[in-house]
Amino acid sequence: MDKEILEQGLNLNRRKFLSKLSLGVGSAALGSLLIPDLFKGGSPDEEAIMAALPHFAPKAKRVIYLFQNGAPSQLESFDYKPLLNKNMGEELPESIRQGQRLTGMTAGQSSFPLVGSYFKFNQYGESRAWISEIFPHTASVVDDICIVKSMHTEAINHDPALTFFQTGAQVGNRPSMGSWLSYGLGSENSNLPAFCVLLSRGKGNGQGVYSKLWSNGFLDATHQGVQFSNSEDPVLYLKDPKSMSRDERRKMLDQIAAMNDLSYREFNDPEISAKIQQYEMAFRMQTAVPEMTDVSKEPDSIIKMYGPDCLVPGTYAANCLLARKLSESGVRFVQLYHQGWDQHGDLPSQMAMQAKDVDQASAALISDLKQRGLLDETLVIWGGEFGRTNYCQGKIQLDNYGRDHHPRAFSIWMAGGGVKSGMVYGETDEFGYNIVENPVHVHDFQATMLHLMGIDHERLTYKHLGRRYRLTDVSGKVIKDLLA
Amino acid sequence: MTFKQIKIPVLVSLAAILFSCQEKNESSSTLTGIDQVSYNFHIRPILSDKCFACHGPDANKREADLRLDTEDGAFAALKESPGKFALVSGNLQESEVYHRIISEDPGEMMPPPESNLVLTEREITLIKKWIEQGAKYEPHWAFTKVEKPNLPPSDDWSKNEIDRFVLQKMEENGLEPNPVAKPHELIKRASLDLTGLPPSPELLDRFGDLTGENSYEDLLNGLLSDQSFGEKLAVLWMDISRYADSYGYQDDNIRGQWPYRDWVIHAFNENMPYDQFITWQLAGDLLPDPTKEQILATAFNRNHKYTEEGGVIDEEYRIEYVLDKTNTFSKGVLGITMECAQCHDHKYDPFSQQEYYEMFAFFNNTPEKGYEGDVSVSKPAKTPILWIDEQDLSGIMSFINYQDTSKLSVSVMGELGEEEKRTTYILDRGVYDAPSVPVSASTPSSILEFPKGLEANRLGLAEWTTNRDNPLTSRVFVNLIWQEIFGTGIVKSAGDFGMQGDLPSHPELLNWLAADFMENGWDIKRLLKQILSSATYQQSAEITKNHLAKDPENIYLARAPRLRLSAENIQDLVLASSGLLHQELGGPSVKPYQPEGVWEAASSGRGVLATYVQDTGKSLYRRGLYNFIKLTVPPPKAIIFDSSNRDQCEVGRGRTNTPLQALVMLNDPMVLEASRVLAANLEETYENDNEAIQMAFKRILCRDMNSEEEELLESYFEDQLKRFESNQDQIKPTLEVGEYPISSEQENARTAALMQVIVSLYNLEETITKI
Repeated sequence: MDKEILEQGLNLNRRKFLSKLSLGVGSAALGSLLIPDLFKGGSPDEEAIMAALPHFAPKAKRVIYLFQNGAPSQLESFDYKPLLNKNMGEELPESIRQGQRLTGMTAGQSSFPLVGSYFKFNQYGESRAWISEIFPHTASVVDDICIVKSMHTEAINHDPALTFFQTGAQVGNRPSMGSWLSYGLGSENSNLPAFCVLLSRGKGNGQGVYSKLWSNGFLDATHQGVQFSNSEDPVLYLKDPKSMSRDERRKMLDQIAAMNDLSYREFNDPEISAKIQQYEMAFRMQTAVPEMTDVSKEPDSIIKMYGPDCLVPGTYAANCLLARKLSESGVRFVQLYHQGWDQHGDLPSQMAMQAKDVDQASAALISDLKQRGLLDETLVIWGGEFGRTNYCQGKIQLDNYGRDHHPRAFSIWMAGGGVKSGMVYGETDEFGYNIVENPVHVHDFQATMLHLMGIDHERLTYKHLGRRYRLTDVSGKVIKDLLA
Repeated sequence: MTFKQIKIPVLVSLAAILFSCQEKNESSSTLTGIDQVSYNFHIRPILSDKCFACHGPDANKREADLRLDTEDGAFAALKESPGKFALVSGNLQESEVYHRIISEDPGEMMPPPESNLVLTEREITLIKKWIEQGAKYEPHWAFTKVEKPNLPPSDDWSKNEIDRFVLQKMEENGLEPNPVAKPHELIKRASLDLTGLPPSPELLDRFGDLTGENSYEDLLNGLLSDQSFGEKLAVLWMDISRYADSYGYQDDNIRGQWPYRDWVIHAFNENMPYDQFITWQLAGDLLPDPTKEQILATAFNRNHKYTEEGGVIDEEYRIEYVLDKTNTFSKGVLGITMECAQCHDHKYDPFSQQEYYEMFAFFNNTPEKGYEGDVSVSKPAKTPILWIDEQDLSGIMSFINYQDTSKLSVSVMGELGEEEKRTTYILDRGVYDAPSVPVSASTPSSILEFPKGLEANRLGLAEWTTNRDNPLTSRVFVNLIWQEIFGTGIVKSAGDFGMQGDLPSHPELLNWLAADFMENGWDIKRLLKQILSSATYQQSAEITKNHLAKDPENIYLARAPRLRLSAENIQDLVLASSGLLHQELGGPSVKPYQPEGVWEAASSGRGVLATYVQDTGKSLYRRGLYNFIKLTVPPPKAIIFDSSNRDQCEVGRGRTNTPLQALVMLNDPMVLEASRVLAANLEETYENDNEAIQMAFKRILCRDMNSEEEELLESYFEDQLKRFESNQDQIKPTLEVGEYPISSEQENARTAALMQVIVSLYNLEETITKI
C-alpha cells in the first residue's frame, strides 16, 4: 500500500502518532511516552484538555518531591511549641482535643500526657523561622524555603494518608501526581521518562512505600513512574546481557527492524512502525540513563555539598544528587521517598538519625539548584503524609518518648518554582494540636502545586468510566499567599 | 427522593437503536443526513455529559430545581421563571434550553463558563433538531429488556448470524469484508484466543489447510476442550475479581486465595453456565445445603484488600470492604459504575445514594471484621473462613492443585443469623462514621425491580442478576467476551453501560448475542465457538487504504484486528515455543525470575513478603496466570505490559507500546533463557543451520518463514557465528542465563549464535501480536 495514503490516514490522529514516536518531546500537546491504539480516536474531551494547556504561564517547569515517608514530627522540626516543654507530662486538655478520633494505637491509653521536644529550637534567617537543632543545614537555607505549618489531611493511617497525598484519594486506583503531570505536560527530554521515582531508607522505624504510589491509575501506562534503583540495573531491564556490546546490540536492533519492516509491508499496520521507534528509544535510554546515575564526573565541591553519602548509591543523599541531574535534564517530576519517620517510640534518637540522613542533602539540593539558576523553575517539596501527636504514646521519659499519628496539623516546606521564599505560613495553637490560622488541606497543596506548573487543577481532568477525575478530586483551592 | 416514580411512556424503538456511534463523530455539515434524531443515541450523551451534573439525578446538586434527565422534569414549568419551560415539544422559541445553549451572555449561557464544559456546534444543532422533532425521551438503551431482534437478510459472505449484523454495518459505512485469513493465521489466532498458547508445529502441520478431517470446526472443538481453555479465560476473571496473593495495604502479607483461582479455571473448563457461575460466586453459601465448592466460589467477594496496619479503626475498614464488594459486583457483573452514589446521588445515572446503600446492604451481613490484628499475627485467610482438608481434596475439590497434607483456608462469605443482622444506613458523604437513614437490601429499580417474593439476601440478588428480564448481566458478559476476542467491546466502555458509557457500535448484534446466550443456557463455550466460527472473525488482518479512510479504529470490523498479547500470554508464548513451559493446572502462585530488590526497596520490612524468594525448577516455567501477585508491588514486567495491578475490579486493559517493553523483551532472563534452551536443543537436533532456524521460526511465529526472512535470518546467524567463533570467551557468559541446564557439548558457538537469532525472533512485533 501506498505510503502517502497511509500517512494521510495517520493525519487523522497526528497528535497521537507523533506522541507515539517520541518519549515526549517537550511540547505540551505532544505529551508523554506513548498512547495505546494509534487509531483510537482521541476523545474530543482529551483533545480539548490538551489544547488548553498550560492554562496560564507556569512558574515552575519541574518538580522534585522529597517525600519523608512515615510522617516526621512537626514538633521536633518546624513547629516550635515551648508550652509542651513547660507542661510536660500534663494531660492534653479536652478543650484542645475536642473528642477527635485517635488511631487504635493510642485510643486505649488512659492518659494523654503532653510531651515537649527533646531538641532545642532557634530562629534563623531574615524570616526568623524557628527550626530545631537537628536540621542545621535546612536552617542555613531558610530564606530560600517556605515553611507551611498548617497542613492537614483526612487519613489517620499511613497507607491511606500516603495514597491521599499522591493520588488525591485515600483508596482507589487513581493516578499519582507525577502521572498527572506526565499526562498534562509530558517530558522535556526525549530519552528519559517524564516521571522518575527514587527510594531510600533511613534507620528509623519504617513504613513501606509501594509501586502503587507511582501508578498511572486509569491514565495510560506510559505515565507510570519509572523506578530507579541502585542496583547495576538503574532502570528495570535496562542492562544488556553479558557479552553484549553496544555494537552487537545495534546489530540485533537492525535485524529486528528489518524483519518488522517486512511485516509492515504485509499488514500496513502503523503499530509496527511505532514498535520500531520504541526499540530505538530503548536503545537511547540505555545510554542516557547510566549517564544520569554516574556521579563520578561531579566535581568535589558538589560531593562536599551533598555530603559523602552521595557517593553511596541508594542513599538519600545520592538520590538528591540524582534528582538534581534528572531534573536538570528535563524530567518533569522526580519523586523521592525516604523511609523511617514513624516514631511511635524512641523518638529522640531515631529522629536525630533520620534528620542526619536527609538534612544536608535536602539543603544542598536547594543551594545546588540555586547556583545553577534552576531553583526559580524547579519546585522542591519536603514533607510527610501527616504529623504527630503532641501527647506521648507509651511511657514518657525526658529523653525517650513516642508520638502517634496526627492528621490535624503538620509542617512541610516548599522552595523555588514560584513559591514565596523566606516565609512561614499558617499557625497552630500553643499546644500544636489544632490549626488556628491559614489551614492548607492536601487538596489545596495539590491545587497550588499544579497552579505553579501552569495548570488549573479543575481543568486537568481525565474521563474514565463516565466520570471526569482530577488530582484534587472534588475540592482544593490555590493558596495564593504562597505564590511569589 | 426516589426513582420509583419515573414514568417512561415512550417505548424504545428499534429504529432508534439502529443509529450507531459513528454519528457521534460527524461534523455538523453532515447532520442533515440524520432524519430522525434519537434521544438515546444523539441527545442523552450530550445532556449526560454536559448538563446532568447540575440538572440530573443528584437531588442535592440540582440547580434551579430543574432536572433534564426525566421527561417530567424537563417539561415541567420552570420554578424560577414562571410561565417559562425548559423544553416545549416542537417549539424552539418557547424552549428555554435552546435560548440558553445559544446565548453568549456569561450570565445566561449553558453550560455556564465556570463548569469548563462547552457544547460543540454539532451538539447544539442536534439539540435544536431534537426539540423541533418533538423532544421525545426514551429509556436508556442498556436498561431495557433484551429482545432478540430480527436478523438482517442473508447473504453469500455470512457464516452465521453475527456476520449478517456486521456486514450490514460495514455496507452502511462503505466497507467490504477482508478476504479469509491464511490457515496458519487462523490456527494461531484461534489457539491464542481459546487457550492463550501458540499452536505447536505439530498442531500447525496436523491442521494444515484446515480441510477434510481436520477442519476449522475440529480445531475449535479441540481447543475448547483443552484444559488450557480455563486458564486463558481465568485471566479475565482474575482482573474482574481483583485476585491477588497478598492482602495489600502497607505491610502486605501473604494470603491464600489461590484455591478460588483453581475453582475459576475448573468452572470454565467444565463450562459451567454463566448464570450458575455468578450465582455461586455471589451466594454459594446461601444455597440449600451448600457444598464446599459452592462456598469456595464466594471467595469472589473476599479478594479485596485487607489492612493489617496497626492502629486502624475496625469499622472504617469493614465498611471499606463492603464498598469494594458492592463496587466489584456492579462494575464486573452489571457493567455499571455505582460508586459515585456512595457519596451522593449519582450525577449521571438514575441511581440514588439510597439505592447504592440498598445494594450495599446485600453484602453487609457477613461476620467479616475490619481488622484482625497486625502483620505479626497474620493468617492466610480472614473470617469467615472455609477449611479444606485432604478428604475434600480427594473428593469434590479435586480440582485444587495442592500437594501438602496441611489444611487449606480461604476467605469466603457467610451470613449473620437473623438476630445478629446489621442495619444498613446511608452513609453521608460515604463516610463510615456518618450513618443517616436506615435502608434495607434492594436493587436499583431503573435496572429491574427486585421481584416480590425473592428473599432480600445475596441469593435473591443472584436470582435478580440472572433473571431473564435483567437487562444488563447478559449484555455485559457477551460484550466482555467480544472484547476478549476483538480487543474492543461492542460497547467500548465495558465497565460502564450507564449514561456516560459508550454507545454500542452494533446495538442489534449485542441484543441478539445477549438474547441468544440466555436462550442457550448461558453457555460460555458455545458463545465463543459462535464468535470464532463467524466470517467476521476469520477475516485477514491486512489494513487497506479504504480501512484507513473510512474506519481507522476498526469499529466496523471489515478486517481482523491486530492485537498485542497480554502480559500473561507473552510469557506463555515464550515458554511454550521454547519448550520450557511446565503445564500444570492450578496450585499456589509461583515466583519466577524478577529483577533483584524490587520487593525489598518498597517494603516496610515486615511480613513474609518483605523479601522476594525466587522459586526454582519447574515453578520458573509456569503460565503467566500463576505468577505471584503482591498487591503493593505487582510484578513489574506485567505492569509494563499493561496488566491490572489488581487493586480493584478491572474489566479491560490498555495496550501500550513503549520502550520499557522493548527492554523487557531484549533483556529479561526469561526470554534469554528460553532462547538459550531452544537454541541448544535445535543445535543438537538439526545438523543443518537453516533447518534449525526454520524450526525456531515455526515454533515462535507459528508459520514458515518466507525467502526474504530466511535471507535476513541466515545472514544474521552467519554474522553471529563468526562473532562467537572468533570470540570464544563470549560463549559462556552469553549462555549463562537462567537455571535450566544444558550439556557442556551444547555450549558452543553455534548455540550462542542461534540463541541471538532466537532472541531477535522473540522481539518481533508479530511474535507477541495476535494477527
